[in-house]
Amino acid sequence: MSEKEIDSVTNVETTGHEWDGIKELNNPLPRWWVYVFYATIVFSIGYAVYYPAIPLIEGATQGISGETTRGQLHEEMAAVEAGRADMLEQIRGMEVGEIPANPELARFASAGGASAFKVYCSQCHGSGAQGAAGYPNLNDDDWLWGGSIEQIAATIRHGVRYEADGDTRWSEMPAFGRDQLLQREEILAVAHYVRSLSGLEHDRGAMDEGARVYAENCAACHGEDGLGNTDLGAPNLADALWLYGDSQQEIVSQINNPKHGVMPAWGERLGDAVVKQLAVYVHGLGGGE
Amino acid sequence: MSKAIELSLAAFAGLLALFMAAGAQDAVYEFHAYLFFIVAVLVAFWLIGRDVTAADPDSYMDGPVRLGVLATVFWGIVGFLVGVVAASQLAWPDLNIEPWFNFGRVRPLHTSAVVFAFGGNALLCTSFYVVQRTCRARLFGGDLAWFVFWGYQFFIVLAATGYLLGNSQSKEYAEPEWYIDLWLTIVWVAYLIVFLGTILRRKEPHIYVANWFYLSFIVTVAMLHVVNALAIPVSLTGSKSYSLFSGVQDALTQWWYGHNAVGFFLTAGFLGMMYYFVPKQAERPVYSYRLSIVHFWSLIFLYIWAGPHHLHYTALPDWAQTLGMVFSIMLWMPSWGGMINGLMTLSGAWDKIRTDPIIRMMVMALAFYGMSTFEGPMMSVKSVNALSHYTDWTIGHVHSGALGWVGMISFGAIYFLVPRLYGREKLYSLRMVNWHFWLATLGIAAYAGVMWVSGIMQGLMWREYDPEGFLVYSFAETVDAMHPFYVARTFAGVLYLAGGLVMAYNVAMTIMGRERNEQPIVTAAAQPA
Repeated sequence: MSEKEIDSVTNVETTGHEWDGIKELNNPLPRWWVYVFYATIVFSIGYAVYYPAIPLIEGATQGISGETTRGQLHEEMAAVEAGRADMLEQIRGMEVGEIPANPELARFASAGGASAFKVYCSQCHGSGAQGAAGYPNLNDDDWLWGGSIEQIAATIRHGVRYEADGDTRWSEMPAFGRDQLLQREEILAVAHYVRSLSGLEHDRGAMDEGARVYAENCAACHGEDGLGNTDLGAPNLADALWLYGDSQQEIVSQINNPKHGVMPAWGERLGDAVVKQLAVYVHGLGGGE
Repeated sequence: MSKAIELSLAAFAGLLALFMAAGAQDAVYEFHAYLFFIVAVLVAFWLIGRDVTAADPDSYMDGPVRLGVLATVFWGIVGFLVGVVAASQLAWPDLNIEPWFNFGRVRPLHTSAVVFAFGGNALLCTSFYVVQRTCRARLFGGDLAWFVFWGYQFFIVLAATGYLLGNSQSKEYAEPEWYIDLWLTIVWVAYLIVFLGTILRRKEPHIYVANWFYLSFIVTVAMLHVVNALAIPVSLTGSKSYSLFSGVQDALTQWWYGHNAVGFFLTAGFLGMMYYFVPKQAERPVYSYRLSIVHFWSLIFLYIWAGPHHLHYTALPDWAQTLGMVFSIMLWMPSWGGMINGLMTLSGAWDKIRTDPIIRMMVMALAFYGMSTFEGPMMSVKSVNALSHYTDWTIGHVHSGALGWVGMISFGAIYFLVPRLYGREKLYSLRMVNWHFWLATLGIAAYAGVMWVSGIMQGLMWREYDPEGFLVYSFAETVDAMHPFYVARTFAGVLYLAGGLVMAYNVAMTIMGRERNEQPIVTAAAQPA
């Protein structure tokens, strides 16, 4: 242990300790440091008195403010709900088809629908409702289950091939290849024929055979001209829009062993008013009928 | 311990490993059991083959320190590299290579590699170095120090391979499964025995402040680790386990652990490092003995309560949120006490910032320490937290502390230690230390800046409502908006990694005894008289 000494640079006394050449000055605590430390303690005590803070045997002190985080949430939500209550009440009370006729209500419903769409629908249909491979684009006028506002609302409410909902949209194209309903040559021919319906490049030699297979197996749902049938959820094959791709290979694959998309039924989960708002929003994207 | 006892312990470990492997219920456990067996066999051969000569009890035991510095550099590079990979995966999701290198496995690999492998080795080797010199005593326990070093490396390997093979108990910063936790507990208790034993046999009348901090780090981490890792294994020969806690109790225990891993591992431990290496490098006395006492005890007392601020606006009861917040606010000044003591120790030596890049690194470390220990209490304020929570702001905050404080102070200590440990007159190159300083500083500044901007943007987008209370942005839109920031962050990480590589080269050359032919940083003429 060395003697206390005065540090020549700062003129401060050392404590007299030394470890491996390290000494310590005996400077006092910086005053500002002490005062700020006290201030944080005073603030903390005040905060703990104002808000719930001290655990007791049953529950905790509630604080003189009476505020809780859950209480704040409920207040904020209640304020929002109160502001919307009138509009929502009107929406619940009318048919979805009547909403667009009322400009104020239509604007409100469309804004609410857009917001709900971002949370619940954008994951599959895209944040711009542009769709993706296997997930329909909602901006165009090609509708699997119909593009009227009522039909859109029904699809949202009950979902597509969603078994838990008794009223869900349901269609299932046979697996013509997997279940050996058609020969491989027939499938190749009808795929060429399907491509010809929308003017895509195809093998002209396969047209006769393709047309025969189509008339016997496909026309019942997709229609003689391939225009589809929204009552059955049968896609239009004569336009340029393809859910699962327009290449010969993709079409063959779909005839062989079709993919069937599923959409959840949102009616019970989101409630009547939100479903109607979503229908107004989607209908208004540009393709609504 | 005698050779016979050590050998029988190794033999017992080998046998145990074989039993574990024989009964293994899953592939990861089996792999780890065989790894354990191989390690036990290697240890046994080493014990048989080595030449036992009693060490001079008056000399210092620097073997584990020498290797520890190398391990620190090695794991540092690994951790920074994995960090760059994880950052790239966020920027370009196609880089998620299933199943071993998806983000979910790479991320704990990164955090554990930097915190526990890099930071842990830095603490281990500096604490062994510092405690011997400031106590004037050889490490207690003989070979136990070697066990601590190699046992800790084995823990790192078990944890890292476990993550990549898909093992996790899903607790942040405490992902390793139960048997790895048990192994770490054994190693940690041995660490405590070595450290405390050395302090008890000290020849100095007082215990130096650095050792208070190191000791508090060792003791508290032991407590945190044991409590948070309490779990029931499904089978003693399988890797899966279930935590003893559930629901909000589990969350609170986890963040009591998680926050104090920051407080006692990354703060208290590295303050111990600071209290030795800053005065040594500056060749100045510590600024205030009284401040060191008051800020030590206030830091230790307050930190342990601050964990609930990680759970604001959750199922955690309001009273616990309040306490978590106010203890965090009161923690501000105790944290800053360390910064003041570090920076003010330079009074009378401020010119060294210009002439000594190692001091420059330490000062930057203290500056980032001060900044993140202000930012932390600020983010614990509930209304600030409502914006910052779950956003990249938190990531930026952690990295300004980890890259800026923990990284920089460790680099400073490494540059101090390497020439002394390997008997070299000086470092291979001081100019390369300067390069490292600037690469790291720019990397941190860019990283933190980018994450502030993107984090606040993200928080604002999440809470953006239109006048009728409808959400304006979808989650995917916020992710899309983050992309350029993720790219910039990756670049910042590359800068920091590059600095680490410069250090590794400099350290290797120094150990090989080379000296770079270079201009001094400041020429004699430019120095003040």
